[in-house]
Amino acid sequence: MSSPARQPFGLAALKDAAIAALITLGLFAPVMGLRTAQDNSGLTIVENWWPVLVAVAVVFFGRLILNAFFWSDNGFKVTDLIPRGEATAKVGETLAKLLAPVLIIVAIGLPLIPGLDRYYIDLGILVLTYVMLGWGLNIVVGLAGLLDLGYVAFYAVGAYSFALIATVVIPNYAPGLELWAFWICLPLAGLLAAFWGIILGFPVLRLRGDYLAIVTLAFGEIIRIVLLNWYEFTGGPNGINRIPDATFFGLEFKRNNGFADFFGLDYSSTQKFIFLYYLILVLAFLTNFATIRLRRLPIGRAWEAMREDEIACRSLGLSIVKTKLTAFALGAMFGGFAGSFFATKQGFISPESFSFIESANILAIVVLGGMGSQLGIAIAALVMVGGFEYFREFEQYRMLVFGLAMVLIMIWRPRGLISSRTATVFLKEKKTVSADMVAEGRG
Amino acid sequence: MSEPLLAVRGVKTYYGNIIALKGVDLDVNEGEIVALIGANGAGKSTLMMTVFGKPQAREGQILYRGQDITRMETHEIARLQIAQSPEGRRIFPRMTVYENLQMGAAVTGGQHFASDLERMFTLFPRLKERMGQRGGTLSGGEQQMLAIARALMSRPRLLLLDEPSLGLAPLIVKQIFGAIGELNKDEGLTVFLVEQNAYHALKLAHRGYVMVNGVITMSGTGRELLAKEEIRAAYLEGGRQ
Repeated sequence: MSSPARQPFGLAALKDAAIAALITLGLFAPVMGLRTAQDNSGLTIVENWWPVLVAVAVVFFGRLILNAFFWSDNGFKVTDLIPRGEATAKVGETLAKLLAPVLIIVAIGLPLIPGLDRYYIDLGILVLTYVMLGWGLNIVVGLAGLLDLGYVAFYAVGAYSFALIATVVIPNYAPGLELWAFWICLPLAGLLAAFWGIILGFPVLRLRGDYLAIVTLAFGEIIRIVLLNWYEFTGGPNGINRIPDATFFGLEFKRNNGFADFFGLDYSSTQKFIFLYYLILVLAFLTNFATIRLRRLPIGRAWEAMREDEIACRSLGLSIVKTKLTAFALGAMFGGFAGSFFATKQGFISPESFSFIESANILAIVVLGGMGSQLGIAIAALVMVGGFEYFREFEQYRMLVFGLAMVLIMIWRPRGLISSRTATVFLKEKKTVSADMVAEGRG
Repeated sequence: MSEPLLAVRGVKTYYGNIIALKGVDLDVNEGEIVALIGANGAGKSTLMMTVFGKPQAREGQILYRGQDITRMETHEIARLQIAQSPEGRRIFPRMTVYENLQMGAAVTGGQHFASDLERMFTLFPRLKERMGQRGGTLSGGEQQMLAIARALMSRPRLLLLDEPSLGLAPLIVKQIFGAIGELNKDEGLTVFLVEQNAYHALKLAHRGYVMVNGVITMSGTGRELLAKEEIRAAYLEGGRQ
């Protein structure tokens, strides 16, 4: 009414509300209005139009009210609710500064809380495993920009390497070393996984983007299917069991003559889990530390430069072969470490644990966290894995909430929770521009 | 005369079955600025890329200081003190200016990094102001300066520039061409320049080549070419500043 160009209030709003109400009717009539019910003659349809009527009325009047008060030209707009990139980037950065030390302290202190339920330590182990996997994959996806949908393959290679060496090789050829199995196998599993990373790297040297993603996806499936069908070697679907526990540098976690006796402590079954917790924490920190250090070395810069522009890299004299293979190998190595840990923690592995959904989960953690951001990945892993486990009772709604969270994050923070890439060199002052301000698409 | 720094001999390059360079001969002598001009699709950029081994020439030879580099890998060629500022600049958008320059020095192993950096900042003072900023947030002209500076960080003897004036305001073009001239005069840097902007390019260059449909049709000193009627008609009329 105030602006002359607009139709008098009523007509346009009524029309809009009527259309919305019609859509509601169409949607809700079959869903809420009709129901099948068991009857002694079989299935019958029960009609119940009241809920439909209420829904239509709510939509109609709700729409009218929204039109009247919120959607006028100079009024409040729903899109205002979505924070602008700049604002969220700032919030993200400040939060990041505060959150990182807090998270580290919590991570270190968690098992020391007296009387803590073992469930939380288990949950912590699970979250940290995914944090480590996320950080490992981040080298490949976040830094080197190679979209890898088969990361779980390296996790599997690590787990199976450990399981096979510890259950077959060591008892038969080096029986004295059984207590050290984990510590011997951990580096071996990492090396083997790195080797498989290079094996995958060679055929995909010339591929990029979507094509690379497809091949890595296939690679992940090949590994799983081989594990499933090579019965004599891997035990097929039965998997491998009785994988030895990790020891505290040769000290077992058992009632007599174990870790507790050696340190003069009372035996408790929780000790083993606290140990496992700290083990994966150290492994995760190792991954993080390696990544941070590598980023400042020429090879790390080369990864990032390759992500930005492969052709420019070549013209600057960088060998793409070397750069790609090192990224694949190092990413795979950390996946292999995580796999060994998984095998020793579970004591049993089978190909089921290494399905595509795992790769997708790890990738989702990396993408949601903000590719290349260590802290973002840790938060994403905490929310996705921890949150999922914690709210197990609401199983039915988990995927719904997960989907919603994905959509919201992609609207608000299309480049992930923490998207500002920190420069590797600082000169006098730290000047970062959020990635939101930089052209999309090349990342 | 001594042997040229870069010699292109009867080079034919194909994209699949389509021939893009139909036998090109061209020399770049030590200490020269050589400009290659031509219309869109003439094959100028293809020649520049062929020198860098991507795509490789199917026939003919490319000699750099007498060494045959026709079949070498791009990154190996880049290690022979040939640097390229590719078409469309291709800086690393999410990395800072400083990191971009570090990448340029990747081949040298960072031996003279600090002094080279200082040199780049005297040549392009704008880059110094923008040092900690992401490449992608620079203006087009600044990005071009960064691309050239990045190429120079590898201490090249031969600099290949693909359309440094692309999409830039005349004033910036003048600055950039000025910088190229300075480098050539002060440090004896050899420059091979591919340009649409024929007037500026030929004015700067000692010698020029004109390419039409994958063959060199004319060559001569920059001044000679600028004076020629055909060139004025084809490349300069209306485009003169």
